[in-house]
Amino acid sequence: MKQKFAALVLGGIFLCLTGCSSDAPEKEKTAPAEDLPTLTIMTHDSFSLSKEVLAAFEKAINARVKILKSGDAGEALNKAILSKNNPLADVFYGVDNTFLSRAVKADIFVPYAPKGIEQVEVGLKLDPENRLIPMDYGDVCLNYDIKWFKDKNMIPPAMLEDLLKPAYKGLVVVENPATSSPGLAFLLATVSRFGEQGYLEFWEKLVANEVLVKNGWKEAYWGEFSAASQGSRPIVVSYASSPAAEVFFAEVKPEQAPTDVVIENGAAFRQVEFAGIIKGTKQIKIAQKAMDFMLSNTFQEDIPLQMFVFPASKTANLPDLFKAHARITQEPARLDPELINTQREAWIRQWTDTVLQ
Amino acid sequence: MMAGLVPAVFFLLFYFYPLAGIFIKSFVVEGRIDLSFLDQIFLSRRIGKIIWFTFWQAGVSTLLTLVAALPCAFVFSHYRFRGKQFVKTLASIPFVLPAVVVAAAFQACFGRTSFLGFTIDHPLALIFMAHVFYNFSVMLRIISGFWATLQGRIVEAAAMLGAGPFQVFFHVTLPLLKPAVWAACSLVFIFCFSSFGIILILGGPSYSTIEAEIYRQAAHMFNLPVASFLSLIQIFFTLLLMGIYTRFTRHATRFVPDGENHNLKRPETWWEKSMVMAVILFVFLLCVLPLLALVIKSLSHGGQLSFVFYRALFQNVSDSVFYIPPFHAIKYSLAFAGTALVIAVITGVCAALFIRYCETRFHKGWSSLFDPIFMLPLSTSAVTLGFGIIITLDKPPLNLRTSIFLIPIAHALVGFPFVVRAILPALRSIPEQMPDAAAMLGGSPLQIFRHIDLPLMSRALVAGAIFAFTISLGEFGATIFTARPETPTIPVAIYRFLGQPGAMNYGQAMAISTLLMAVTALGYVLIENFRKENSEGF
Repeated sequence: MKQKFAALVLGGIFLCLTGCSSDAPEKEKTAPAEDLPTLTIMTHDSFSLSKEVLAAFEKAINARVKILKSGDAGEALNKAILSKNNPLADVFYGVDNTFLSRAVKADIFVPYAPKGIEQVEVGLKLDPENRLIPMDYGDVCLNYDIKWFKDKNMIPPAMLEDLLKPAYKGLVVVENPATSSPGLAFLLATVSRFGEQGYLEFWEKLVANEVLVKNGWKEAYWGEFSAASQGSRPIVVSYASSPAAEVFFAEVKPEQAPTDVVIENGAAFRQVEFAGIIKGTKQIKIAQKAMDFMLSNTFQEDIPLQMFVFPASKTANLPDLFKAHARITQEPARLDPELINTQREAWIRQWTDTVLQ
Repeated sequence: MMAGLVPAVFFLLFYFYPLAGIFIKSFVVEGRIDLSFLDQIFLSRRIGKIIWFTFWQAGVSTLLTLVAALPCAFVFSHYRFRGKQFVKTLASIPFVLPAVVVAAAFQACFGRTSFLGFTIDHPLALIFMAHVFYNFSVMLRIISGFWATLQGRIVEAAAMLGAGPFQVFFHVTLPLLKPAVWAACSLVFIFCFSSFGIILILGGPSYSTIEAEIYRQAAHMFNLPVASFLSLIQIFFTLLLMGIYTRFTRHATRFVPDGENHNLKRPETWWEKSMVMAVILFVFLLCVLPLLALVIKSLSHGGQLSFVFYRALFQNVSDSVFYIPPFHAIKYSLAFAGTALVIAVITGVCAALFIRYCETRFHKGWSSLFDPIFMLPLSTSAVTLGFGIIITLDKPPLNLRTSIFLIPIAHALVGFPFVVRAILPALRSIPEQMPDAAAMLGGSPLQIFRHIDLPLMSRALVAGAIFAFTISLGEFGATIFTARPETPTIPVAIYRFLGQPGAMNYGQAMAISTLLMAVTALGYVLIENFRKENSEGF
């Protein structure tokens, strides 16, 4: 009996194995009859779009869309640079402003001004030659646990300087800028706020106030943040759209998000994500159409609920969830990408020496 | 002899060729070797500290794992008791869990709100606990598998001649066990030596290993020369360690193993019974408790028992293209793991036979050459290899950069050393006269393998197969390769859920982690059964 069962399950696994290889032809059957070209988009692991928009995408460019997820934002870009001589994809989505300079220097993108570029907010455009086109942006900032502050009868922080108050001792968890992209963005926010001379002093005081450092966003948010799991810290570095995600991914959608953000007074660093056509593509026309589509309202309006960031195009309408729960600042902290590129390593090293000793 | 070709081709194509590619790219600038980056490394005290810490934590972790596993291996290899297989299966499940999930489990068990009543939050303690948690079953399986084949007669003879239990253990059993203990220790040491997720997530930013530093240099700073050089250092030390290891084990005692064990007895005396109970309790505390914490997390919502997270797994709330239906994830995970297992077992058996052939026909020194090489994939930085694959396997007929086959191949590459390590001690313990006699009597090499080698190493082979399977299910180190969203695996799904805020995401991550544990357990039962069914024919 036992043996028969085992044989049955083994057979099942075998079917799975063979089923997996027979998947491919099945998909081809359902695809349109004519032989469509395939456009490959290389991106990072957090990229997402809805099924409906993908269908519209393929229709708009009259080609199939294949997406290659290649690790986190840094890794994906490095893979694109490494494969320069024999590109893996036609279009790259997801170079952020902290990596912009590296991408431009590696010379892996060709210029193209897509339709709708005039609708993109001026402040987001960082490449005058249009090799990299802004697609979305998000603000990295402090998130806090509303209930925790209410229960303790404390006033939540309003700016970065507040974190140094004795009352906030041991309340903050941040990410390591050497290993985490929100961590780096937050470090840049402090550099922008306190200047290259003053930011280390801020961090020294923050260490004295018992800031906790984790290597990644997942460990900080899920492991230490009091609003997200069983953590003990009510203030965490996350995104300005995180409260909206908290509402969206709740079993019963609450009236008010459980968390709120600190975005004014230069406390938020704006991460802008860019897309570009990869040099050496053999389908430049289709790639250009894809860039056009990605700035269209259809694609741009899909961005917020898929990736929980804001669309770059001004004409794109925000979903109600974002209007109600995601706040945005008019004055984010900004730094020149070229300065970021030349100073990043030095800042991270100084930060490491100051904070992790 | 021909058997050696299989692992050789496999290694040349999928390991040495990509690595050579990335090293050349890193060190050769405009046709000349550029080593200007070296001052960055040698002038940095930080790198020195990292190298030291890497060794230190691996050594301590290995020792702790050995101390925990040796008594358990004794009980497992000497007694039969109800639920033994079950306990063994439970002990092996941790291996598949991504580090971030282990962190969640540890937090529930030993965190601030722990139900145990005490808190463990020192990063070093957590690193060691996690390493023991992961590697306990590696030691347990390899040592107890080998121990069970030790003939009871030798030990009995020693006892008869008046040796006390401790004398028997230190002078008879331990020397006989040495090959398996060294094999298990070398595996665990190298596994901890190249530890990455655990160090990053549980250790926090104050601790770094060479592997973590390579990742940082390659993925974030894009400093390929430094990353490649550190990878070379890692490879060098692995070779060195394995070289020492092979020297140590070359003079190991040989004995005729029992093919199938019939010495197992039921615990009868009070002492024996309490020993078995203690082992079960220990495995429960070490492995089951954290796993149970995950299951509880996945089943509780608002303080009540609820299946809401499991139900949610089947809903695509944001209509995303990348939504992963749970059965798809299970299907692809099993398909990849099954394929990786087959590749790893075939290449692993061929490699072990080849080493054994060279040792018996030519010179024992051959093993000191191949043994270390076959261990390399386990300690080679995945990001370095991944980058190498991108720049080398990019032209037909080997345009595999984005191929679906790259995934099981990469998994098999890491699983392969486990298979070799697991079966070599068993294979070596077969006296040369046995296959020689069979050959004299007209047995073909294949017949000899089928009727002598295979039955004698079947137990060890199962252990190796289980590791290969588990490594693939847990996607150890292989997530670095270009992922294909069409074929998502369970760990990919876990990461996807944990990538965005929201209570449902966390709950679903716990739910699908629980499914991963269940799938793993099912896989183990199948592999064990597969052997039992076949061993009747041996």
